[in-house]
Amino acid sequence: MSDLAVNARELNKWFGEGEARTFAVRDVSFEARFGEILYIVGPSGSGKTTLLSMISGILKPNSGHVLIENQDIWSLPDDGIADFRLNRIGFVFQDYHLFPRLTTVENVAIPLILKKMDWNDALKVALEYLDIVGLKARAQLPPVKLSGGEQQRVAIARAIASRPDLLIFDEPTASLDGDTGRKIVEFVKQDILSDRRCIIIVTHDSRIFEFADRIMKMEDGRITDVATGA
Amino acid sequence: MTGILKVAFKLLVNDRGKFFALLIGITFAVFLMVMMTSMFSGILTRASATVLNIGAKVWVMDPAVNNVASSIPMPDYVLNAVRSIKGVKYAVPLYSGGALVKLRSGTYQFVTVMGLDDATLFGRPALVEGKIEDIFAENAFIVVQDAEFGKLETPRVGTEFEINDHLGRVVGLARVNTSGLFGVPTLYTTFSRATTYIPSTRFTAAYVLIEPKGNGDLSYIKSEVQKLGYEALTQEEFIQKISSFYKYKTGLGINVLLMTIISFIVGLSISGQTFYTFILENLEKFGALKAIGAKGRELVFMILFQATFTALTAYGLGVGLATTLIVTARMRLPDYAAQITYANLGLAFVMVLIIAGVSSYIGIRKVIHIEPFDIFRG
Repeated sequence: MSDLAVNARELNKWFGEGEARTFAVRDVSFEARFGEILYIVGPSGSGKTTLLSMISGILKPNSGHVLIENQDIWSLPDDGIADFRLNRIGFVFQDYHLFPRLTTVENVAIPLILKKMDWNDALKVALEYLDIVGLKARAQLPPVKLSGGEQQRVAIARAIASRPDLLIFDEPTASLDGDTGRKIVEFVKQDILSDRRCIIIVTHDSRIFEFADRIMKMEDGRITDVATGA
Repeated sequence: MTGILKVAFKLLVNDRGKFFALLIGITFAVFLMVMMTSMFSGILTRASATVLNIGAKVWVMDPAVNNVASSIPMPDYVLNAVRSIKGVKYAVPLYSGGALVKLRSGTYQFVTVMGLDDATLFGRPALVEGKIEDIFAENAFIVVQDAEFGKLETPRVGTEFEINDHLGRVVGLARVNTSGLFGVPTLYTTFSRATTYIPSTRFTAAYVLIEPKGNGDLSYIKSEVQKLGYEALTQEEFIQKISSFYKYKTGLGINVLLMTIISFIVGLSISGQTFYTFILENLEKFGALKAIGAKGRELVFMILFQATFTALTAYGLGVGLATTLIVTARMRLPDYAAQITYANLGLAFVMVLIIAGVSSYIGIRKVIHIEPFDIFRG
């Protein structure tokens, strides 16, 4: 098995046509390896989120390839891409996007339920992942009863419940205070990262740069710098 | 798929405010639709009360007759001619008319008088008091003990009254399957007494009732009656004719139809709007589900399930509510003309399915078009 988690080649994404065409991502190539935390940083509008969406099977590039284990994900049919996201990628959204009408454990079980796991079995597995993020005792509460940091951890539990090789974090500390944000990323680095898992984090938050293995800087849709983290 | 439907169920019912708003809206619409159509159905049944109570298989009448009450008397030869048609087992005349009764208190009450064939008493009601042979006694009448019975000051066997300056005497109390529509008490007597006591036109037989030898004879009988210039209808056809008259030749049908449509629109508006709001509030969550790996059809199933579950639950509640009201009203108001039929339930069910379909279509359109990329962009 290759140690490359993501191999992105000459990705381009533009919006609009003719004179109105605007490049969000231009000729971006990069690799991300298993066992590393890669940060994508840059100012607003630099193309971070667009790039993240293309490598995670959410937004189709206008040109270029995203190879995961030598499979070009954008050559897959729609259902295949959905299955790819379900089985290979864990998302932690900026606003968590937890279902307020479900309990915490049910939220974590969602990817498992989408994978057709039996309801009760899914809840059992979800409880184990809640234990990993230290929230087993809060399993039956709705997410709205949890603090921001706790909700972030629930979102992480949900993201790792389907045992993905690639974890995508979109601005994980944006809604948290500095201390909680640091603790979350520290927890991710210590307890979630593994040899067979790659974590890509999009962030503005320089306070958590110390946890990165590599930091990829973007500006105007291009990668302008790749640095080794602290 | 059951797991994702369970998620859909929890998302729906745990949002109690919206779930109850949806339930109340659709329940109310179903209740109104069932009530309106049930009342109309009850009215139509009562309009055919005489046809049902007499129970003849075939009725011969003037083609211009469109309901039982507005009968057009036929000449006597029609009876004889009908009796001579091949396939007729027997045929009897029926008198149907109205008269004024002066009660013991001195007040007057309009009544319907049914005159039964003297020889056979065909179409006689079941007696709850008295003996049927007493109908041949002098001045004898049988009173129907229905919702209008009290208007005759609750007579007993032996009670006397005055009918068109003739003495009338109650010799029996009867019950019938269906009460009439117009709130008028009904008296039964013999054909000869009815035509003697009640002023009438030159012709006296309102209907000729036929018992055919077999169902295979019906078409021949009908064609022969038609040659006489009259019309022979089976019981069902006559009821259908009466129903058509009330549906299409009075304002009743269109009014009930309008009210039913209004109820449908109210239900559709409340349900559609609330469901749309529900979807809008959960749109980002559906987008997140899509990003995680849910397929479009799974989201469609979720929404269809939510809309169908709500609609069917509300349908059950609406039908239950309407049934409770009708049963309660019937216990308190014997005149209350409403009945729930399979047709009423079917109509309301179809309308509820349309409500569920339109509501989910609105939701599905939004959810299908949400892009997971929008969730990332925030």
